[in-house]
Amino acid sequence: MTKARNHSVTIHVDGRSFQADAQRNLLESCLSLGFNLPYFCWHPAMGSVGACRQCAVKQFKDESDTNGLIVMACMTPSAEGTRISIDDPEAREFRSSVIEWLMLNHPHDCPVCDEGGECHLQDMTVMTGHVSRRYRESKRTYRNQYLGSFVTHEMNRCIQCYRCVRFYRDIAGGEDLNAFGSRDRLYFGRMQDGTLENEFSGNLVEVCPTGVFTDKTLSHHYSRKWDMQSTPSICSHCSVGCNVHLAERAGIMRRVTNRYHSRINGYFLCDRGRFGYEYVNHPQRLRRPAVRPSRENSAPLISLSPAEALARLRSRLSERKRIVGVGSPRASLESNYALRTLVGREHFFSGMSIVEHRDASLILQILTDGPAPSWSIQQVEQADAALILGEDLVHTAPRLALALRQSVREQPMEQLDGLNIHRWQDAAVRTALQGQRGPLYIGSVAGTSLDDVATRTFRGSPCDIARLGCAVAHEICHDSPRISELTSEESALIREIARALASAKRPVVAVGAGTGEAWIIKAAANVAWALHRRGVAAGLVFAPHECNTLGLSLLGGNSFEQTTAIEGDRDRDALLILENDLRRRLETATLNRWLERFDPIIVIDHVDDAILDQAGFVFPASPIACSDGSLVNHEGRVQRFFSAIAKEQDVQVSWRWIQDIGRVSSLESFHAMADWTSLEQIHAAMAEDFPVLRRIGEAAPPAQFRIAGQKIPRAPHRFSGRTVLPVLETIHEPQPPHDPESPLAFSMEGTPSQPPSPLVPFFWSSGWNSNEALNKFQDEVGRSLHNEHLGIRLLEPQPDARSRFFENPPPRYERRNNQLLLVPLPRLFGSEELSARASAIQEQIPKAAVVLHPREADRLGLRKGQAVDVTAPGLTRRLPFETDETMAGGLAGLRLTPGGVSVPLPAWATLKGAPSP
Amino acid sequence: MTIDRRPLTEQIRRNGPPPTLCEYEDRGGYAAIRTMLTEMTPEEVQREVTDSNLRGRGGAGFPTGKKWSFVPMGDDAPRPKYLVVNADEMEPGSFKDRVLLEGHPHQLIEGIIIAAYAIQAECAYIFIRWAYRRSALALERAIREARESGLLGHDLLGSGFNLTVHVHTSAGRYICGEETALLNALEGHPVIPRAKPPYPQVSGLWGKPTIVQNVETLCNLPHILAHGAEWYRGLGKGKDSGTKLYAVSGRVNRPGVWELPIGTTVREILEHHAGGMQEGYAFRAMQPGGGSTAFLTDAHLDMAMDFESLSSVGSRLGTGTAIILDDRTCPVGFVRNLEHFFAQESCGWCTPCRDGLPWVERLLAALDSGDGRPQDMDILERHVTFLGPGRTYCAHAPGAMEPLKSALEHFRSDFDRHIDERGCPWAKTGTDE
Amino acid sequence: MSHSKDIRSMLSEHEKDMINEELSHYPTKRAGAVEALMIVQRQRGWISDDLLLAVADHVDMAPAELDRSATFYNLIFRQPVGRHLVLVCNSVTCWLMGADRLRERLRSRFGIDAGETSADSRITVLPNVCLGACDRAPAVLIDETLHGPLTADELDRLLDSSLSETLP
Ligand SMILES: Cc1cc2nc3c(=O)[nH]c(=O)nc-3n(C[C@H](O)[C@H](O)[C@H](O)COP(=O)(O)O)c2cc1C
Ligand code: SF4
Ligand code: FES
Repeated sequence: MTKARNHSVTIHVDGRSFQADAQRNLLESCLSLGFNLPYFCWHPAMGSVGACRQCAVKQFKDESDTNGLIVMACMTPSAEGTRISIDDPEAREFRSSVIEWLMLNHPHDCPVCDEGGECHLQDMTVMTGHVSRRYRESKRTYRNQYLGSFVTHEMNRCIQCYRCVRFYRDIAGGEDLNAFGSRDRLYFGRMQDGTLENEFSGNLVEVCPTGVFTDKTLSHHYSRKWDMQSTPSICSHCSVGCNVHLAERAGIMRRVTNRYHSRINGYFLCDRGRFGYEYVNHPQRLRRPAVRPSRENSAPLISLSPAEALARLRSRLSERKRIVGVGSPRASLESNYALRTLVGREHFFSGMSIVEHRDASLILQILTDGPAPSWSIQQVEQADAALILGEDLVHTAPRLALALRQSVREQPMEQLDGLNIHRWQDAAVRTALQGQRGPLYIGSVAGTSLDDVATRTFRGSPCDIARLGCAVAHEICHDSPRISELTSEESALIREIARALASAKRPVVAVGAGTGEAWIIKAAANVAWALHRRGVAAGLVFAPHECNTLGLSLLGGNSFEQTTAIEGDRDRDALLILENDLRRRLETATLNRWLERFDPIIVIDHVDDAILDQAGFVFPASPIACSDGSLVNHEGRVQRFFSAIAKEQDVQVSWRWIQDIGRVSSLESFHAMADWTSLEQIHAAMAEDFPVLRRIGEAAPPAQFRIAGQKIPRAPHRFSGRTVLPVLETIHEPQPPHDPESPLAFSMEGTPSQPPSPLVPFFWSSGWNSNEALNKFQDEVGRSLHNEHLGIRLLEPQPDARSRFFENPPPRYERRNNQLLLVPLPRLFGSEELSARASAIQEQIPKAAVVLHPREADRLGLRKGQAVDVTAPGLTRRLPFETDETMAGGLAGLRLTPGGVSVPLPAWATLKGAPSP
Repeated sequence: MTIDRRPLTEQIRRNGPPPTLCEYEDRGGYAAIRTMLTEMTPEEVQREVTDSNLRGRGGAGFPTGKKWSFVPMGDDAPRPKYLVVNADEMEPGSFKDRVLLEGHPHQLIEGIIIAAYAIQAECAYIFIRWAYRRSALALERAIREARESGLLGHDLLGSGFNLTVHVHTSAGRYICGEETALLNALEGHPVIPRAKPPYPQVSGLWGKPTIVQNVETLCNLPHILAHGAEWYRGLGKGKDSGTKLYAVSGRVNRPGVWELPIGTTVREILEHHAGGMQEGYAFRAMQPGGGSTAFLTDAHLDMAMDFESLSSVGSRLGTGTAIILDDRTCPVGFVRNLEHFFAQESCGWCTPCRDGLPWVERLLAALDSGDGRPQDMDILERHVTFLGPGRTYCAHAPGAMEPLKSALEHFRSDFDRHIDERGCPWAKTGTDE
Repeated sequence: MSHSKDIRSMLSEHEKDMINEELSHYPTKRAGAVEALMIVQRQRGWISDDLLLAVADHVDMAPAELDRSATFYNLIFRQPVGRHLVLVCNSVTCWLMGADRLRERLRSRFGIDAGETSADSRITVLPNVCLGACDRAPAVLIDETLHGPLTADELDRLLDSSLSETLP
């Protein structure tokens, strides 16, 4: 639907002529031209179905036609010479009748409805001018359902626009939400009460034009849209870097909503991103510096003011020669860079696990040296063939998985031209294409959420998946290494995949890092490179582990494998750990041995879990949601995030702590950062150190940016109760908090104009109070934002590179007697550290378990309900087991949940049924 | 009226079983397709049907030959193509398809073969309503007989043409009769009509070229092929060709269905065939073509019951099955019953139909129960306009508004009396015999 | 689904055969889904949640998707019905020919309104749109057999015979 195929035509609206795009319908054209035309069932990402009849206009045959006919703008193409009237009295009256009909049964509960004040139905009601009730009967009522911890259901408010089911089924592939019944007795919900199963269920909140589906997490600390300060930010719960709005009031993070980015998230977010924000409000979040007075580990930490804590640290550091730094893939580029600057290149560890470190370097290498570019989510959506290697991406890069789900419609869509069907005619498109799907092949260790749209799937060990990829590459281009010992079945599949990819115009290879097997990443590169050799412009898309894995990798820290590089001398070094729970990344014994070498251990973080018992100093960092900085997403795009909460007392962004620590240390290197006061200064320094980062400062306008001399207000102009917010502390209204870091202000005051896209604090426009106001922020609906800064892509391919293929692919996976290969099974809820601390997410975290194919369970003689003792190098665990028919044989899947495992996987493991208690 | 002027019904036995294959063949059945399959190209069949000027008998009266002409033909046309027989007859007042289905399934099958051959469809579905179990059984039996004689299946009569026919029994709901909703129903998808374009002829059942045809329409085809387009045109009395199954129900002496030359006058049907009004009842008005057609009054009794004449007075031939409103029945109650039907049978997809029709129904109920207000008439009027063609997603709600609109014209004083007298004037007299 | 095995065994072989026969008429399984429900309903009277899951499994549809169809059609019953089904035409010709009197009689005899089932589960009375029998108005369909025109007394007599004949 978002294809930019501009074919300009002239249309006439209320007597004036305009240029419009022939590929779009009249509703889209009118909205793009800035007209206010109400609608419900049409959605820019879902097209038209003509159900609500709200977008009626009058169409005239020609200049002399004065009668005209009522048509639905969303169902009528913008054809050359089209003449319509929005203002026509009959059209207006019809539109207000539509509202009147919808209102027959809609409750008048706006004051108690969570949607009130940002309800598309309210807006459209006002827009059409329907004001008084003539219907005398009583209203229809329904029973509501419990839908889980994310979404509240209030069916009485439904206006039967069908958007929810269309999103849930047609876009997200969910099967447990539907429309039941008929006539004016329709029910939108599940067959029975129960948690919505789809990973994108939260979008119902935004897709529903009224208050049927609302954000349950918001309702736990409810505030009206107009009463929340809203800030543009970047989701930090995976590597995709979806753009979000974070809403806050009184220091409490209230909710996350989608912030449209035309190349990344478009209109939709995953549930981890939408509901994972509550880690910010976690009662145990670190908010005060703390110091352990004695070197004895058992002595408790005591809270101190920042100044005192730093003073104590000074006394411990003065005699020190060196600080060793541990970075973090969930901290900003700037904070990591600050750490690296302070501790120096040799003493800077990336802080990533050995596997993550290796994978990230590999991805960087592939994206810089090879000819295949990394693709944006939007490009993936438009891929006409796809190969996925590795894991179920819905758990590691959910928004990417959603894009891949859409991609299967691309190839069949090509038939539409012949049938004279426009892409926006959603129902007609679905009828004509009949669920035909373009090529999508998946090689994975277990069933994936995309299997239902896959052409074919392949199950095997990580090595076998890599071998499959390599063999496909070889089939496409014989210069890439050959794979021996393939079964005839495998060979046939490989030929089929190779043919599908090589005959596509825009194929993509998507690969997760979740299995821990580096060869899967290499295999993906081999496939994409082989395609390039054949002249096919293939893209690559990776799902690295965390929100800033690639950014951190660009700074080139050491891997934990190189721990021996720093010889601990008798005089122990200090260790500075930045936003990193090392227990998630290093196996405990190794970690403890390593930590032994250091004294003191300084931790900067906001997560209490991360406080190692060994930490001597703890400094509370502001999390990404509450700070300013940059992240590099999976495709190598730098994006800026801004703080959603005014500076909290005693808490500050990590790079400032690092600077403070530098100041109290005796390190030479401190001078390089001594006078950093703004991100812009850090950016300048980074640009100098790292040529690849030379444009980092352009990702968003700098802190000094103003519009007509004014900052951009985070609080909407209707923000209320400002003076009572601090009333418990003071009856005076304090100055609004200062925000020196950005062009945004924690205030209602500031420019009324639309800022450049990275700074848009909320989508709101006169008469458009709901998120549908987004139309008013786009050049054309569904396309680029006005003044869109897309972020800066750091890694562009070498188009002419004749990169060498990765050689010596691994041999076929061989079973071992009495052992299974233990592979990680990351989970959407639970595997990511921060979101797992959000209460709504916690309710959805599956139990940690070992997952086996039923045959393997039988072979091990496991009985239902029995626990399993898992032993692998560095790992001994007793876990429940589950069987899964889709699990590849010879493997044991380890379902990762908070505090998962810290040993490098895959690894050989011995499994034994635990003796019954 | 001679027997050969009732080609569709002459072989139907009033209370007996339908003709068997042998009986039908003995009387010339399936002869037309033998000639067709050996001697005619699909284009020639299409031409013959176009020349015959046959118009659809399902309600809309679209010329059948013209409908077929939009189907892509030739070797590169998408395959398979489908023929769908609309046997969902649920329009209030209509029972003419049932007579043909129960009474003469082989005639329908022959019609199916002709239509399928003309568009080169390999597969046909008969979409039949659940309540017509007898018809479905009769059809199944006839299909079996035909298949066993090589009239259906692979390589029909050695012509190289293949055709399978299946009966699909539905599970209720009037909207399934709307041709595009029917296609969704047949596919097992949510039953919502489809927006046009694209038309079913191009993208129909499973996205393939499809025509949907009413039972009666198809039953005409064997006779057109057997006797030629010119003969067929000669059957009609006015501009339209052929015969039509006319029916009358209500307080007449002989409610029933008759095959008559299309264009027979209302009066002749009513008085001659239906035997006039019952003792003690007088004619007040009628819906000429089923529940979704506008009322005619005694001023229209001499109209010809054909497509053009009836549209010229703002009504429609529809299914050609008339419902009579007598003087002892409340017209408001009559319309209320109709609107209850339409409101209940809305699929729930588009707002005006889903929410507008129940409002109309409730307003009429309010009038009936004495709770009507003068402003209610404006609301009703407004619905008549705003539930009209183009405003709603399909023709269901516009069909529902046709009787209401004409009732507001013809029976305005009755509506007003309901408001003035705070209730239904007929309730006092009652409709009892 | 963990209970998929139990669900699968809910349909009898006979039902599965009949369903498979219908499914063989279409290029997709879902096209035969409504007929499959009707087949099961004919055997069991109504479609319980478990039966719905069983049919959904058999025709490869998501249960909610099949339930969407099941709740759309008025002749698929998602709640128990009586052993005998009486459909009373409530469309216009039958109305004007006195269908209300038939409903009144049913109400006085069984104590149920249209849409209800008698306390002894013997009979369910449902209103139905035009039965296509306007020449025989007022008409009713008793267990798939059409009757009409009927007076209230005739209906009574008819019920006496059809309800007792088929009683176990
Ligand atoms: C709400 C609605 C219900 C309909 N029901 C039927 C029906 O039961 N039988 C029928 O033949 N046509 C019905 N039609 C008309 C069909 O849509 C379609 O026009 C017809 O089947 C075409 O066949 P014909 O060209 O042979 O008349 C209905 C139309 C509408 C709008
Ligand atoms: S629940 Fe919301 S999105 Fe779904 S149909 Fe109702 S109003 Fe539309
Ligand atoms: S937006 Fe056009 S009909 Fe709903």
